[in-house]
Amino acid sequence: MSEVLTAPKLRDCRDAFVAVLERLGAENEKVVAVCNDSVGSSKLGGFKAKFPERLVNVGIAEQNMVGVGAGLANGGMLPFVCAAAPFLTGRALEQIKADIAYSNANVKLVGISSGMAYGELGPTHHSIEDFAWTRVLPNLPVIAPCDSIETAAAVEWAATYPGPCFLRLSRVGVPDLLPEGHVFELGKANQLRDGSDVTLIANGTLTHRMLKAAEILAGRGVEARVLNMATVRPIDVEAVVAAVRDTGAILTAEEHSTFGGLGSAIAEVVVAEAPAPMKILGVPGIFAPTGSAEFLLDEFGMAPAAVADAAEALIARKR
Amino acid sequence: MQTNDLERVAKGIRRRDLRAVFEAGAGHIGGEMSAIDILTALYFRVLNVMPDDPGNPGRDRFVLSKGHTACALYVTLAKRGFIPEEEISTFLKPHSRLNGHPNCQKVPGVETNTGPLGHGLPVAVGMAKAAKLGGASWRTYVMTGDGEMQEGSNWEAIMAAAQFGLDNLTLIIDHNRFQQGAALADTNNLAPLRPKLEAFGWEVTEINGNDMSEIVPALEHRGDRPHCVVAHTNKGHGISFMQDRVDWHHKVPNAEQYKTAMEELAEEME
Repeated sequence: MSEVLTAPKLRDCRDAFVAVLERLGAENEKVVAVCNDSVGSSKLGGFKAKFPERLVNVGIAEQNMVGVGAGLANGGMLPFVCAAAPFLTGRALEQIKADIAYSNANVKLVGISSGMAYGELGPTHHSIEDFAWTRVLPNLPVIAPCDSIETAAAVEWAATYPGPCFLRLSRVGVPDLLPEGHVFELGKANQLRDGSDVTLIANGTLTHRMLKAAEILAGRGVEARVLNMATVRPIDVEAVVAAVRDTGAILTAEEHSTFGGLGSAIAEVVVAEAPAPMKILGVPGIFAPTGSAEFLLDEFGMAPAAVADAAEALIARKR
Repeated sequence: MQTNDLERVAKGIRRRDLRAVFEAGAGHIGGEMSAIDILTALYFRVLNVMPDDPGNPGRDRFVLSKGHTACALYVTLAKRGFIPEEEISTFLKPHSRLNGHPNCQKVPGVETNTGPLGHGLPVAVGMAKAAKLGGASWRTYVMTGDGEMQEGSNWEAIMAAAQFGLDNLTLIIDHNRFQQGAALADTNNLAPLRPKLEAFGWEVTEINGNDMSEIVPALEHRGDRPHCVVAHTNKGHGISFMQDRVDWHHKVPNAEQYKTAMEELAEEME
């Protein structure tokens, strides 16, 4: 069979997000979507058609957008503030800090087109700093689902969680990895494959690449554990410590700078709790060149074969 | 509460605020003195608030966007029964919940955390929008400094408030003409404020913001658009040597100045 015929269907996680949001909107009249003119890019057209008065579009004004979200929550509403991740987190970071996290406002921040989803548009539109910017803030869980199933589950979870969170979504298609009916648990990694030689940890658009890398490694006689770690804060300390204990080395990959993201969060645990060799893959602290997200992930050494090579090099550093 | 009583309460708040800043050795006395008459009118006359049930969903909201004048808010909240009056003596002390800027997670009556400027008005727009969406009758008030209106986020919020038709929102600009380092006019002069707000679709009322007989009707005004009260005030109002002096933005009186100021505030009480 050709590669094309066996390739899994790729899904845009925004569709899963808005499907759940529209259902929540029908069930609960407090659910409000707040956006910065991004009705199309956030796929809020359906929500707007169903609940026109509950689509609060502030125009191109991200600072006000986040402040309005905090005020809506204070007034008893359940706001989902949706915008392209680079502008939501970059432009309005102080609002996220003071109005949302420090005030512990029950606002769901939804960063769309995160990472390098806008790859060709250049570094102004890349959101490869957002884990670093948001995960230092108290009270603010940071979550990057790996597929449409986990996206839907995380949105369901967010609606019942009594506090703020940052959901980091992409528009880049990913295959379904988690089982239907998956229930999201904050701060809990999902083991997608077990192995004893090395642990590959990723989230968002990188998780499925780790599974492919693990298959390649298996062909070379190397058994890799694969963890999907959507929650960057609070990090799953137990899973990281177990990964070191059982496999002795950790490779991480993320659609983010190697500075301050998922790999850094895991390294903080490794250093303190279970020292072991690590390799952190991501954008190596530079402004990325032009290209699609998929091209750039390959360019920065996150093609499955390259990940497998990096994992083998890492394993050689054990002991 | 009537005008005479409100004036008496405001003087008591000024005295307690002055003492708190003197004892703490820090604070923002100038902008507190300019704002205290308005805070008094809000909490003792205008706002429907419940000190015994500070989170009541039907309460009116007040946001002190000029969060650096937190001490004046704490004293006002204490006099109104939200927090114990004796707690004011902990202002700025280690582990006190009375920060230099108000914390809604710790201090009942505080609605949202402010401190960085240009945050309160967008949040207040969200509050007023929530009341509209919920069909609720509670109102939202927010006070900014005049220098604070240099923050672009305020103008984002001003546009949105007009677009959303928030006739349940009142913005009070404490127009004391001085910011931290210099006069507003010598920095980035926003005056006159009225035509700018009107051009953005707001109704504007200009008052003497240290005159209770003008403050109360302006705050109780009900119109069909978002309402801005441009409150012409004096930085350091009530204390002669502080008044309209930029260095009293966050200067702390020495013992002699403290004594003089207290005497002035006491004399005025009679």
